[in-house]
Amino acid sequence: MDGITSNLPDTALVTAELAWIEVGRVSDIPPAGARVVQSPHGDIAIFRTAEDEVFAIRNRCPHLGGPLSEGIVHGARVTCPLHNWVIDLASGGATGPDTGCTGTFPVQVEDGSIRLGLRLPVSAV
Amino acid sequence: MNMMAKTHEVSGRIKERLVVVGNGMAGIRTVEELLQRDPSRYDITVFGAEPHVNYNRIMLSPVLAGEKTFDQIVLNDRSWYENNNITLFTGEKVETIDRETRTVTSLSGRTVEYDRLLLATGSDPFIIPVPGRDLPGVVTFRDMFDVEAMLKKAADGGKHAVVIGAGLLGLEAANGLAVNGMTVTVIHLMGTVMERQLDEAAGFLLQSELETRGISVITRANTKAILGESHVTGVLLEDGREIPADLVVMAVGIRPGTGLAKSAGLTVERGIVVDDHMVTSDPAILAVGECVQHRGATYGLVAPLWDMARVCADQLTGKFDAAYTGSVTSTKLKVTGIDVFSAGDFSGGKDCEDIVFRDAARGVYKRIIVKEDRIAGAVLYGDTKDGAWYFQMLREAENIASLRDTLIFGQGFGGGASANPKAAVAALSDSAEICGCNGVCKGTITKAIAEKGLTSLDDVRAHTKASASCGSCTGLVEQLLELSLGDDYQAAAAAKPMCKCTHHPHDDVRRLIVAGELKSIPAVMQALEWKTPNGCHSCRPALNYYLLAAWPDEYKDDYQSRFVNERVHANIQKDGTYSVVPRMWGGLTSSKELRAIADVVDKFNIPTVKVTGGQRIDLFGVKKEDLPAVWGDLNAAGMVSGHAYAKGLRTVKTCVGSEWCRFGTQDSTGMGVKLEQMTWGTWTPHKVKLAVSGCPRNCAEATIKDFGVVAVDSGWELYIGGNGGMKVRECDFLTKVETEDEVMEYCGAFIQLYREEARYLDRTAPWVERVGLDYVKQRVVADHEGRKALHARFKFSQVFSQVDPWDERASKGVDAHEFAPLAKVG
Ligand code: SRM
Ligand SMILES: Cc1cc2nc3c(=O)[nH]c(=O)nc-3n(C[C@H](O)[C@H](O)[C@H](O)COP(=O)(O)OP(=O)(O)OC[C@H]3O[C@@H](n4cnc5c(N)ncnc54)[C@H](O)[C@@H]3O)c2cc1C
Ligand code: SF4
Ligand code: FES
Repeated sequence: MDGITSNLPDTALVTAELAWIEVGRVSDIPPAGARVVQSPHGDIAIFRTAEDEVFAIRNRCPHLGGPLSEGIVHGARVTCPLHNWVIDLASGGATGPDTGCTGTFPVQVEDGSIRLGLRLPVSAV
Repeated sequence: MNMMAKTHEVSGRIKERLVVVGNGMAGIRTVEELLQRDPSRYDITVFGAEPHVNYNRIMLSPVLAGEKTFDQIVLNDRSWYENNNITLFTGEKVETIDRETRTVTSLSGRTVEYDRLLLATGSDPFIIPVPGRDLPGVVTFRDMFDVEAMLKKAADGGKHAVVIGAGLLGLEAANGLAVNGMTVTVIHLMGTVMERQLDEAAGFLLQSELETRGISVITRANTKAILGESHVTGVLLEDGREIPADLVVMAVGIRPGTGLAKSAGLTVERGIVVDDHMVTSDPAILAVGECVQHRGATYGLVAPLWDMARVCADQLTGKFDAAYTGSVTSTKLKVTGIDVFSAGDFSGGKDCEDIVFRDAARGVYKRIIVKEDRIAGAVLYGDTKDGAWYFQMLREAENIASLRDTLIFGQGFGGGASANPKAAVAALSDSAEICGCNGVCKGTITKAIAEKGLTSLDDVRAHTKASASCGSCTGLVEQLLELSLGDDYQAAAAAKPMCKCTHHPHDDVRRLIVAGELKSIPAVMQALEWKTPNGCHSCRPALNYYLLAAWPDEYKDDYQSRFVNERVHANIQKDGTYSVVPRMWGGLTSSKELRAIADVVDKFNIPTVKVTGGQRIDLFGVKKEDLPAVWGDLNAAGMVSGHAYAKGLRTVKTCVGSEWCRFGTQDSTGMGVKLEQMTWGTWTPHKVKLAVSGCPRNCAEATIKDFGVVAVDSGWELYIGGNGGMKVRECDFLTKVETEDEVMEYCGAFIQLYREEARYLDRTAPWVERVGLDYVKQRVVADHEGRKALHARFKFSQVFSQVDPWDERASKGVDAHEFAPLAKVG
């Protein structure tokens, strides 16, 4: 049943400073698509909706760890490719009757480039 | 012995430890009720002897009949246990209870301490003590293990099944096995089937209906022995008759599972004896479900469990005044197309009156037993929609004197309510049970509709579970929606909308795309007034396909509307890696291809290599980043994508045929290769599989394929609409042709007709069943011009689809963003 496991526990990292890191351009991601940023927090999925909004959430479905970046994006939601849970991109929460939540990360978009807010371990920043 | 002392400190208070033995329907329902009352009171540990999470046992019948999958009947998956901090041990049977130390110990030696213990061990199927009962091939019908054994036997070519016992379980088993292609005989000791639930008249109607479905029923038959040496071969009856059997299902009854309680010294009679608060003879131990005996009664249906679970949860949370006073039960047979309902006592008696209604033309039989102006029992056959109404009045002992004259005609006539079903449903009280499978009352549903803003049947199913199991209460639930929402609720029209984003059904959308010359997903959504901004995971892939099929030369495939497998041209696995299946034309391979595969496996450390059921090789566990390089190496040896991930052509299986085989009549391998060369790369509503056998021995299994070809001396027999999978369907014979060219033309035409007219996610089997074989024959066989035109359209669309997607990605840089991370940080 184990999905993808690559996360460090967040508690080890929360004390670090929030850093804004440039990870790429909006145009690097297809509309209604997603790509992955590999980080010490595990894989983070950066979504671009059909309306060009950008969201960052942990790339692990709250159900059984499915890679959300591979799902079909509709509105500001993504459907997990493994068992069709629908995750709200803004909150990371499962919608409908399913319950569970995956972590979200702050993002900023400026002049088409995406910056991700991360608390990295001091040595890594 | 490893002791698991689990005392967790929570907000200054030590939690009590609740251990539940039995991960079945009653035990977990009690836990659900408990969590609703007080989610933090107990530290909960559940032991389940079965290897599964909690599932809806009553739905094993639809699983056996191929109408549901196991996943669809799971009630709580592992994340539910995790989210509620419940420790779950599956596949661990509890062996002993030590009441002195308040511990339970499982078969594997795990010991857990409890403050309160809940026994919910269900029942055990009764095995009649006849010789041969232990032979392989003799099964019961109680859990998923049994269902798997039955399905396997049917799949492995078992022909004859004998079911002993014609009660609810026996008949559902018989129906399921018949649906799976077995010849079924039911043996019953009594004179009438389901005699505990049905009177003779209804039993007769039911038996006749089963017989028209090819199930033979032998009543008044006593089993003497089960025959066989190393495996069951038949059943011997007392009167000397022998019935052949590859499988014997014992469904003669159940016994409460009391072994554990008995050895712990609890008071046990037929079941574990409990008081009105579900407490056993040891105040620390409670029991619920089929394992208990309450006021002398034991139960074998789910409805009583819901009541028991509520009282038990109250008891566990300190509400000591709640009491269980016993249940009246009703029964429905879950066999698709047969409506049977029964409740209460119908044995009659001197102060009972019968009200009977029969309608031979419609095959309806109804009987209400009235005693002292109250309903004592009801038996309904063929028309059961008023079952809930009668049952409600029965349970509440309502005086029916004023309804007496029209009672039998049902709710539409009774109670002064006009012949309007809505008024009738409106008249039901909040405690009226609507969904028997999941124990959901009217009040629960209307409350959920109001408080959660539910607007559709799907919503109600998701939030309340009502109508989510056997579905026989769907009509009632829809009426409740209508009552609650008024005009806002559009009851299901003749055809179902594609999904929640539109009110158009599939067929209309297909037609309007062509008629309105709609050529992109946004154009369709605009023109057809989609209700969501850009659809959902269900409609977008369907629209993408419909557009591709309608405008092969113009439409630009929208990869973001495809399921991940078709977007990245490999099959996603549960751990997020992918599998890679290169095409092997007609099942042929060569030393060069095998060498290239071997090299790729070594170079990319591919963990698993497997020969598939489709005559080719699957490489499992490939990392997404490696896919283009793996494909590049395979391309270099001349191999292309096998589209093992596609709603498109999968494989063309072949046998060796006349080239080598002593029986072969034609070159089946060569024919298969040609068909695969013509059809590869096509996109279809669902996957398509072909096969060619060289003679009627049919070693390529061509008669369960979407399009199958069997060579005979004088030419080729063509078959369509076959399907393996959950619901096996043997092909229909289409026609016989003489030349290879004709085989190609009929094949292309058939696939094109399917491409143009089926609904997305319909395999050819259900599609052929819907439109009818005659229709397909008319279009593909009788209409010569039409066939040629279909074939020509197929060839035209192939011009655009026969491009190897692996090569495009390995060497031409298509979709490079798919296979590399956006960034690496930290
Ligand atoms: C690999 C393979 C099993 C094997 O190791 O042999 C396989 C594997 C899967 N099958 Fe299959 N099926 C495989 C042959 C079959 C066969 C046998 C055959 O084709 O002769 C059948 C029964 C024949 C039929 O389809 O009518 C078969 C009936 C199914 C079904 C049931 C289809 C149905 O209409 O009822 C599913 C479920 C579905 O498609 O929705 C399924 C679905 C799947 C999926 C795609 C499940 C999934 O969604 O992840 C599996 C993907 C594995 C992967 O990641 O590669 N597989 N599957 C076989 C691949 C053959 C190939 O070379 O492409
Ligand atoms: C095929 C089928 C169809 C049915 N159809 C209907 C229907 O249409 N309507 C209806 O009302 N009822 C139906 N029933 C009956 C219904 O399923 C049962 O009434 C209900 O499941 C009983 O719940 P339970 O919790 O008491 O027992 P179960 O659901 O059987 O759960 C008991 C669980 O305890 C486990 N267990 C037992 N001993 C131990 C131990 N020592 N340690 C650990 N685990 C243990 C068992 O493995 C089992 O999983 C049907 C039953 C079957 C088998
Ligand atoms: S189907 Fe016929 S030709 Fe093919 S292997 Fe079997 S016996 Fe030989
Ligand atoms: S892992 Fe199951 S839905 Fe995402």
